[in-house]
Amino acid sequence: MTDFLQLCFAGLALGSSYALVALGFVVIHRATGVINFAQGSILALGAYFTFNAHVTWGLPFWIAALVAIVASAAVGVLVERFLLRRMTGQPVFSVIMITIGLLFVLDQIITMVWGQDAQNLEDPWGIDTVTARGIVMAVVDLWTIGLALLVVCSFFVFFKYSGMGLAMRAVAIDEEAAMARGISVRRVVATAWAIAGAVAAIAGITLTAGPAALRPSVGLIALAAFPAMILGGLDSPLGAVVGGVIIGLTQMLTAGYQPQHAPWLGNDFQSVTPYVVMIVILMVRPYGLFGTEEVERL
Amino acid sequence: MIDGRDTVLSIQNLEVVYSDVIVALRGVSLDVASGSIVTLLGANGAGKTTVLRAITGLLPAQRGRITKGSISLGGTDIHERSSASIVGHGVAQVMEGRRLFADLTVQENLRAGALVSRPSRDELAERYDNIAELFPVLRDRWDSQAGYLSGGEQQMVAIGQALMAKPQLLLLDEPSLGLAPRIIDLIRDVIVDINRQGTGVLLIEQNAQMALSIADHAYVLENGKVAKAGPADELREDHDIQEFYLGMGDRGRTKFHEIKSYRRHKAWGV
Ligand SMILES: Nc1ncnc2c1ncn2[C@@H]1O[C@H](COP(=O)(O)OP(=O)(O)OP(=O)(O)O)[C@@H](O)[C@H]1O
Ligand SMILES: [Mg+2]
Repeated sequence: MTDFLQLCFAGLALGSSYALVALGFVVIHRATGVINFAQGSILALGAYFTFNAHVTWGLPFWIAALVAIVASAAVGVLVERFLLRRMTGQPVFSVIMITIGLLFVLDQIITMVWGQDAQNLEDPWGIDTVTARGIVMAVVDLWTIGLALLVVCSFFVFFKYSGMGLAMRAVAIDEEAAMARGISVRRVVATAWAIAGAVAAIAGITLTAGPAALRPSVGLIALAAFPAMILGGLDSPLGAVVGGVIIGLTQMLTAGYQPQHAPWLGNDFQSVTPYVVMIVILMVRPYGLFGTEEVERL
Repeated sequence: MIDGRDTVLSIQNLEVVYSDVIVALRGVSLDVASGSIVTLLGANGAGKTTVLRAITGLLPAQRGRITKGSISLGGTDIHERSSASIVGHGVAQVMEGRRLFADLTVQENLRAGALVSRPSRDELAERYDNIAELFPVLRDRWDSQAGYLSGGEQQMVAIGQALMAKPQLLLLDEPSLGLAPRIIDLIRDVIVDINRQGTGVLLIEQNAQMALSIADHAYVLENGKVAKAGPADELREDHDIQEFYLGMGDRGRTKFHEIKSYRRHKAWGV
């Protein structure tokens, strides 16, 4: 039982990171209909910005993290402003291909600037753990879960109560009708990219802090968060979170039990479980857990 | 200046082309004097909605372009501006087909209409009150999803949404379409009421009866051109208008193409 809870905790922490990444996908998709494949690279950039500000420049960790979050939001805004805005009205497919191209370009820039070698983020959490009822919890995992919760609550409040949140929902429902009411679609799209950049940075920091090392390949996590977003139904922030947690839990439980109980599945089977879960759920619910045919929002 | 009143909206010789080939407007000129109700009549496809899109900067979203002419708002040329800037200058519209945000509540829809004018909390509350006074039936519907309202209620929300922006000029695209006579009367009264408070109105309608009964001035659009224009009471007496738009023809020409061919022999004096 302790084993099981231990695995669930680890799954929840991993799922929280997935949820953060998936939220970034969802925010951009809602505003523009585009799936931003470069989300993982922005995540990696966020982690490296933190590394740079904290380790290289010597800023306190929390300030460095804040700088990285703002800088990643700016990267999102710049990408939209200079690469994607001119693609307005062009086929969504072309826009998506641009984000795929961007993924490789940004990855290259990261290795150019910071090299291939693993780095240490030198975060305050390190390898500290807390034990409660026999479950050993890494401090970094607790922070990950806490930050994800905070982001989710902020999302909820932002979309429900703020003017910009309302404008974003309106644009997601009917862009032309929103324009007719004087809502600036440009500002909505820019805000969406900024938010996506910021949450990607938070995900990047939590994923590379603690016992994990900082490597350029950290952006690959976005590929595992991808099923989380699809599961949730593409346009639903709540769905992104639930999808992220489901994927995180199944992945950790697989890692914990499969080698012992189903060794014939091979080594490292947990790395494909997100996709297996996605395939199964999509076959039962083609629009995802929280999506309807008409795509439910929030 | 029209009849000693300032013009809020002045359109000169406007030409609009969709997708670079479809010419929808061929030199339309139209004025709305401040504080007046002007109606724009015309059959399906005449170009009424296109005029409205041109005014509010919505043509690019439809791959349409202004190729000639000018649109000015209180003397300022607006025809290259974004819709956000135009609405920000006091031009609100009720779109054809209402186009509410179906998943949002009535209140959220209304608030979406007010976003452009950035009202304070108190102002916002005051505007909600105004709308609730104008359309008491909406009071019980405040938190319902707009998509679940009846057609009449949806039209009320759409009008309310436009009023939330506190416009100087209100554009309405066929607000009576598909509504019961009782609701049409209500909406007509509301338009008159809004106008009395000083808002200029450009009312696009196929329901000429209703439109001419409240308008000061009227334009008839046909194939992208102004075919007829004049004070509303004159057009009400106009024989062709009576026959074609008011259904008062006495020659038994009830079918559209018959009227069309009949009309070809008549000179439409503007
Ligand atoms: N997005 C578009 N792309 C191409 N052509 C268009 C577009 N919108 C309208 N048109 C064409 O422009 C002309 C005028 O259309 P418009 O919608 O302005 O007419 P309308 O008077 O509003 O008609 P209705 O009474 O049916 O609403 C029509 O011939 C129409 O086919
Ligand atoms: Mg129309």
